[in-house]
Amino acid sequence: MRASRAGAAAVIDHQSISMKKISLTVIGLYLGILAAFSQPKPDSVYQSRKLKIEEINLVSSYYHQEGDHAAVTGGIGSQKLTDISNSLEIKLNRYDKKYRKQTWSLDLGIDHYTSASSDKIDPKTLTSASYADTRVYPTLAFSRENEKKGTEFGVGASFSAEYDYTSIGVNGHFSKKTKNRMGEFSAKAQVYLDQIHLIYPMELRDGASPEKLKTGSDARNSFSGTFSWSQIVNQRLQLMFLLDLVQQTGYLSLPFNRTYFDDGSVHVERLPDSRFKLPLGFRANYFVGDHLVLRGYYRYYMDNWGLKAHTASLETAIKVSPFFSVSPFYRYYRQTAVDYFRPYAAHKAGQDYYTSNYDLSEFNSHFFGSGIRLAPPAGVFGIKHFNSLELRYGHYTRSNTLQSNIISLHLKYK
Amino acid sequence: MKPILLTLLTGGLLTMILPACTNVKEYQKSRLNDAEMVLGNRKIEKTELSFQSYREGASGANAGKSGGGCGCN
Repeated sequence: MRASRAGAAAVIDHQSISMKKISLTVIGLYLGILAAFSQPKPDSVYQSRKLKIEEINLVSSYYHQEGDHAAVTGGIGSQKLTDISNSLEIKLNRYDKKYRKQTWSLDLGIDHYTSASSDKIDPKTLTSASYADTRVYPTLAFSRENEKKGTEFGVGASFSAEYDYTSIGVNGHFSKKTKNRMGEFSAKAQVYLDQIHLIYPMELRDGASPEKLKTGSDARNSFSGTFSWSQIVNQRLQLMFLLDLVQQTGYLSLPFNRTYFDDGSVHVERLPDSRFKLPLGFRANYFVGDHLVLRGYYRYYMDNWGLKAHTASLETAIKVSPFFSVSPFYRYYRQTAVDYFRPYAAHKAGQDYYTSNYDLSEFNSHFFGSGIRLAPPAGVFGIKHFNSLELRYGHYTRSNTLQSNIISLHLKYK
Repeated sequence: MKPILLTLLTGGLLTMILPACTNVKEYQKSRLNDAEMVLGNRKIEKTELSFQSYREGASGANAGKSGGGCGCN
C-alpha cells in the first residue's frame, strides 16, 4: 500500500515536472515569437542596410509628327520627324545607421530620330548625315530621406550627347514636410552646361553669310530654381503649387535654322543670348467616390522674349477595378509669339534678332488621348515582380499645321 | 496676365484653402496614396513632356526638366 502510494507520488511528481517543462517551453516559444516581432535581430538590421532593388522602370515611346513649317527651311517645308525613345531606370535603396532611407537611381535613355528638315541643312544631298541621329543620356541621382523628421535631400548628375550637342547637368534638392505631414515644401536647383557644334546651312558656310559667323562650337547654359508646395486638403483632395525661375545664357539660336528676309536674302537665325523664363503651375488631384480620380493642371508662363502661354489639362482615371484603370485626358495650350518671330520672307533688314521657327510663333494646340494601367496584386500576367503595365496614346494638333501621334509603354518591376 | 496679379491670385487661393484643410491621419490616406493620385508627372509621360517642351515655347513648372538639352529638330 505504502509502496503503491510512493509510486503514485512519483508519477504525479514526474507529470508535474513534465507540465512545468511544457509550460516553460510554451512561454519560451511565445517570448521568442514576441521578441522576433518586437525587435529585429541584429542580423535582420544588418540585412536591411544592404543595397537592394526598389524598382526597375522601362519606358518606351514612338513619336511621329507631320507639318509644313520647318525652321531649317525658313518656316516652309516638311516637319516630318520620327523618334523612338527608350529609357531604363534602376532604383536601389538601403537604410543607413540612423535608419535614414538612401535611394540611388540610375537612368539610361536612348533616343533615335529621323528628321526631314534636318536633312535640308545641305539641300543638295538626297539624304545627308543629319537625316538621323541618336541621343544617349545617362542620369545618376542620390537622395536621403529622414522619415522621422520628414526631410529629404538629394543630388544628381546628367549627361546628354548627340552628334552636334552635348549637355552636362548637375542638380540638388531639399524637401521638408510639415509637423502633421499635411504639407511639404520642396526646392531644387539645376545647372545645365551645354555645348552646341555650329553647323550652318550649306550655302551660308565659308563666308557666304551676310553676317560674320562664329566657327567651332558655342556654349548654352541654363540655371534654374524650382520651388513647390504640396498640401493635403482632406482625405480626397491634394494640391500643389509650382514656381520655376530659369535663366538661360549663351548661344540660344540654332545655327542651321534659316531666316528669309523680304529682300530675298537668307540669314542664319539670330536670337538674344539671354532668356529669363517664369512658369507658375498648379495641380489638383481629387478622388471622386470610389472609382474616379480627377487630375487637373494649370500653368501660366512668361519670358523676356515676349512669349506668354497658358496650359490647362484634365485627366480622369476611371478605376474599373482596384487593379485596372482607364485614363482619358485632354490638354489645351495657347501661346503668343516671341518678339523676333516673322513668317517666311517677312523679316526686314535692320532687325537685331530674327527667327522663322514656328515653335516660337503664336498658336494654340490640343492634345488628347487615353491610357490604361494594369497592376494586379499577383503581378502582371501572374509574374510576381512584374508590378504594373501602362500603355498610353495621345494625338497632338497645333493650329499651324503640325500634327503628331505618340504611343508610350511603361513596365515596372518591383 | 501680370505676374503680380497671378501671385495675388495664388496667395488668395492659399489663404482660402489652408484653413479648410482637415488633419488626415496616416490610416486615412488610402485614397491619397493611390497610384492614380500621385502629384506630379508619371514616368509614362516622359516622352510627351519632352516633345511638348520642344514643340512649344513654354516649359517648366511641371516638376520636370526646365533647361538644357537641345530640342533642335
